[in-house]
Amino acid sequence: MIEYALYFAFACFGLGLLMNIYRVISAPAVGDRILALDTMVVNAIALLALYGIHKGTTVYFEASMIIAMTGFISTVSYTRFLLRGDIIE
Amino acid sequence: MLIDILISACLVISGIFGLVGSFGLIKLPDPMMRLHAPTKATTLGVGGALIASMLYFYFVLGNFSFHELMITLFLFLTAPITGHFIAKTHLHLMHKPADLPPTGTERPWASYESDAERQRIEAEQATETPRA
Repeated sequence: MIEYALYFAFACFGLGLLMNIYRVISAPAVGDRILALDTMVVNAIALLALYGIHKGTTVYFEASMIIAMTGFISTVSYTRFLLRGDIIE
Repeated sequence: MLIDILISACLVISGIFGLVGSFGLIKLPDPMMRLHAPTKATTLGVGGALIASMLYFYFVLGNFSFHELMITLFLFLTAPITGHFIAKTHLHLMHKPADLPPTGTERPWASYESDAERQRIEAEQATETPRA
């Protein structure tokens, strides 16, 4: 039963990732593009966690932790760059 | 058996929330509305997936791991911050200060006030308070 639920969640998050890629390609404004990239990071973390359950190993959690940190820093630096024209003042 | 149902429910609910969050990003009409879907629904979705993973590793495989809790905590802490920054970017790129509703005071909205202006007003207030 867990296996089928896992496949369902894989499909949902994979579809979400495709929607985010579509939004990154055809965004009406640059803010939406940043938002879509941030959502892609979150979806990638969820996919990595699900893959960890599928394989039965905890190795992937370090990777998802690093992706979470990188995603946060990149989103903040993108928005800072747009707001101030500079990342470190 | 019960724990299987619990883990499966967590996985299915998290999948639905993640899908709704990503779908809202392309469906909702206004930039400020679009901010809601990923910052709320997708964060809840990934939290559900990580909780399902924690339950699975503890009850099915028998080893407890804190990593999922750390990732969940980190995401729940950072999602409002990124949402705030993206909202501010939208505001500064899309709207002029004249389009916004009035603040009710002489000062503009805090996001639009220049640093020099704010420092001048705060210095005035600092000199006024001891007298009163």
